Amino acid sequence: MESNENDIGDILTCHKKRRESLIPILQKIQDKLGYITRGTVSEVAEYLNISESEVFGVASFYTGIHLTPRGEYSVKVCEGTACHVRAGERILDEVERKLGIKHDEITRDGKFSLERVACFGSCALAPVMVVNKDVYGHMTVSRVVEILRKYR
Amino acid sequence: MTEEARTVTLTINGQQITAKKGATILQAATEAGIYIPTLCYYQPLTPYGGCRLCIVEVEGMKGFPTSCTTPAAEGMAVSTDTPAIQELRRNVLELILSEHPYFCVTCDRREYCEQFRGQVQKTRMVVGCHTCPENGRCELQKLADYIGIGEISLPYTPREVPVLRDSPFFDRDYNLCILCGRCVRVCQELRGVGAIAFTYRGSHALVGTAFGRSLEDSGCQFCGACVDACPTGALVEKTAKWLGVPERSETTTCPHCSIGCQLELQVKAGKVINSIPALSGINQGQACVKGRFGIAQFVHHPARLASPLIKRDDILQEATWDEASQLIADRLPEYRGEQFALLSSATNTNEDSYIAQKFARVVMNTNNIDNSASFYQTPLLNGLIRRLGSGIIASSIGEIENAACIVTINGSVASVQPIAELKIKKAVSKGAKLIVISPFKVELCRFADSWLQNSPGSEVALFLGMMQVIISEDLVEQAFVDKYCENFNGLKESLAELKPDFVEKTTGVSWHQIVEAARCYATTKPASIIYPLGSIPLTYELDSVFAICDLAMLTGNVGKPSSGVNLLGMLNNAQGVYDVGASPYLYPGCQPVSEMRQKFEAAWSCKLPSMPGLAVTKVFDAIDKGQVKALYIFGQDALLMAMCSRYKDLLSKLEFLVVQDVFLSDTAYLAHVVLPAASFAEQDGTFTNTEHRIQPVRKIIEPINYARPGWWIGCQIAQKMHASGFDFSQSSEVMNEIGNFIPQYRNADDGHFGMPTRGREKAGDKAKFMPIDYEEATEAVDSQYPLILMAQPSLYCFYASVDVQSKMAGFSRLCDRELLEISSADAVKLGISDGDEVRIVSRHGESIAKAKVTKNVLCGTVCLKFHFIDSLFRLTVDRDVVTEPFEIKLCAVRVGKVQ
Ligand code: SF4
Ligand code: SF4
Ligand code: SF4
Ligand code: FES
Repeated sequence: MESNENDIGDILTCHKKRRESLIPILQKIQDKLGYITRGTVSEVAEYLNISESEVFGVASFYTGIHLTPRGEYSVKVCEGTACHVRAGERILDEVERKLGIKHDEITRDGKFSLERVACFGSCALAPVMVVNKDVYGHMTVSRVVEILRKYR
Repeated sequence: MTEEARTVTLTINGQQITAKKGATILQAATEAGIYIPTLCYYQPLTPYGGCRLCIVEVEGMKGFPTSCTTPAAEGMAVSTDTPAIQELRRNVLELILSEHPYFCVTCDRREYCEQFRGQVQKTRMVVGCHTCPENGRCELQKLADYIGIGEISLPYTPREVPVLRDSPFFDRDYNLCILCGRCVRVCQELRGVGAIAFTYRGSHALVGTAFGRSLEDSGCQFCGACVDACPTGALVEKTAKWLGVPERSETTTCPHCSIGCQLELQVKAGKVINSIPALSGINQGQACVKGRFGIAQFVHHPARLASPLIKRDDILQEATWDEASQLIADRLPEYRGEQFALLSSATNTNEDSYIAQKFARVVMNTNNIDNSASFYQTPLLNGLIRRLGSGIIASSIGEIENAACIVTINGSVASVQPIAELKIKKAVSKGAKLIVISPFKVELCRFADSWLQNSPGSEVALFLGMMQVIISEDLVEQAFVDKYCENFNGLKESLAELKPDFVEKTTGVSWHQIVEAARCYATTKPASIIYPLGSIPLTYELDSVFAICDLAMLTGNVGKPSSGVNLLGMLNNAQGVYDVGASPYLYPGCQPVSEMRQKFEAAWSCKLPSMPGLAVTKVFDAIDKGQVKALYIFGQDALLMAMCSRYKDLLSKLEFLVVQDVFLSDTAYLAHVVLPAASFAEQDGTFTNTEHRIQPVRKIIEPINYARPGWWIGCQIAQKMHASGFDFSQSSEVMNEIGNFIPQYRNADDGHFGMPTRGREKAGDKAKFMPIDYEEATEAVDSQYPLILMAQPSLYCFYASVDVQSKMAGFSRLCDRELLEISSADAVKLGISDGDEVRIVSRHGESIAKAKVTKNVLCGTVCLKFHFIDSLFRLTVDRDVVTEPFEIKLCAVRVGKVQ
């Protein structure tokens, strides 16, 4: 047994084997491991007797649940309607280029991870980019480098 | 309840209608022939209420309720098409169409599209219906017509996701997906698989798999239910994709397993292009991968025999029917009697097998007639007759879903009779308890209350343990036992000696689990035992069947709906082939040769041999000794066993060999005359399924090239040999004659049950319990051969030679060559990784396979697919053992990586 698997055994056993337990289980796992690993998806599926795709479907639905490891700095770019209209995609492209990763990936040194987010609720500031808890509004492509540099 | 209490009366669009209580407004309207547009509603699923296209107005109700979820109530006044509703629907549909190319939906020249389609469909991107593979089945077009969509104000934003082509049978182009969820729900709710789910959210929402894995790695069984459910061109078959709209479609019975699903075969230009599950029949709109994607390519397989062949100068050369049948008619007379044998395939229609046995008995004057299922099935059927008083295999597949407790043995029901598995899952969803007894982890384990993972071949010990618990805890249904059974005390005494630790040690299952399972089975009624034939090692199979029958009788689970012992046959007509008399011991109607000779002599006006004939294994013995000199193999792969080299040697000893097959099989090369048989799609007839339902087989297309129905061929030769009683011109005439001997087969092709399906209570005498001794394994493991190898059936294999299988697109990929499943623990110990080539060595021989490291098998056990019978022969049989059924499913082996 890999240690990872033992890790979530306790979490699983203190929940009932019911579909409703899925979200609480995923949250607890994330608290413990930082994100939902591939291995845990299959373990959770096995425990709850549902398919891995179902577990993944639920996990990927919630922005608060991560399926990829998160970097020291988690960069999020908004793709909600307001940001979309103001070319939020170009910001995302630029971040991807500058960090050399795609969304839902992590840089090799583990420093940055990148996510697309549906809406932060700060539409007045669109387009928006967030690094951990710092919110950057009215983003432009040229500001991306400068902001990322702060965290290097 | 009175009629009124069960119905409600309401008005829809001013028209008064009556509906069943509990029906939704949509159902009530549909029943009354009133159309309400729908999109996310899919009849076999529970209503979802997601798309809001089915909205209606109800007097006195606020807003616009969705008719698919709102129950019809007494006195309701419903309107379905007011301008306000249509306006709302238009908005909804426009929104949907902003994510789907809509030119095809709004184009006013659509009807000419098919005509001009040509090659354009090969473009990557769908930009209109002339590039959509949905072939006129698109529901969006129908909706747009009804709702009236002209110009669409929202711009179309393509998703621009790549088309997913990982499935061997269908492509997934989610650029055309409208997220109705029908595929997801059908896969989760109806098939109980959940290979696909909604993933992500908002504008990224898409139907997908965990981590975007392939369908195969997500547990998909390629049943195609999602393809059938999809209202758009997002999911379409690979093969039928570009073939356009079929000219016609007709219903017939699937030939690939003993369930006999009703399928609609679609035809274009004289060819079968597709097969869709029919709503009629036991399958009710569902099928499995073989019926859904394995029909067209089976019928039009490149290995199909095109014309009769005669061996001249050691080479098979084309000949006319006249030449071939004349040659046979000239040669056969010298072998009349004991020198001739005939083997009919259990895939033949009843009519074919009836003619086959009549040919052997009347024309060739011998009872040396057997069938391809007999090798494994005859002893079991005899066992059943002795115990339950009837050789009828299963009670009713449909009834399974109403059982309160289900015990499945070996779980391979999913690969052998997939529709039965659906019924089990349905029962579980209705609250049934499920106990799975299987050495391997199978899909059903996920649904089970308890999974007893026994070591291979230890089933009998496990059943004995359960019986002991039932008796010692006084869970026996005494009234039933007293009335219908004998020797209960004998059984009781023999079980008293059984020690729990012996059972634990033999089975590898904890006594506690066995006790729980026994209690559950004995107290939750009706309880049904489901056992796919051929899934237990042969050595233990008969005892297992006895033990299962005893379990059922002890608990009174016999002769009642949704109970009983359901042995599911492997081959599609394994039941019918016995009924019509393709057996050395039985005449048509299962009437014993030893007693009923006079009756049949009178009926067929000829003299018949008085002694029963040779069973197939004995025939080979007789060939070896030179007693049988001519053999007629009648039907598709009737001699799959012949792939064993030992049998091949024997066949070449024959003076005259006739092989009649759909394909050019390995055996055919050894024949003196080869006759091309029509496939099931090219002839009329009947198959009898595992629950004894006599089902129609229809001639959908003309026979390919010079192929002919088996019964026609038999009659042709018989007539050339101047025999009378073979002047049939249609299969229905053959069926009429069968009906003379088996009343239940009269007018039988309407699918009714042909015979009493419930054993004991119909039989005159009492069933006798007989103590069963647990036999120690003959194939014990030791330091030389430390692993137990077991053969398992595969969902993706056809009952056809490896050669035929290898040319079936998709199937060959999923079951391409020998895969040896091995547990991760054993793999690590032996230094084997996934995909490595490994050598398997047994006490009898050796074979090569590719390793598949899996969590599904126990440490100490390895598993091969049963289909690769050649390897199994090499591993399990000493070359000269051929005269008795032998253990082919279990042996001790060692496994090593090929360097
Ligand atoms: S083919 Fe069957 S199992 Fe596979 S995704 Fe579709 S519905 Fe599910
Ligand atoms: S793939 Fe088809 S069935 Fe599935 S959600 Fe999309 S449109 Fe509906
Ligand atoms: S379950 Fe059996 S009868 Fe039905 S489609 Fe599959 S192979 Fe054919
Ligand atoms: S069909 Fe009723 S809401 Fe979709």
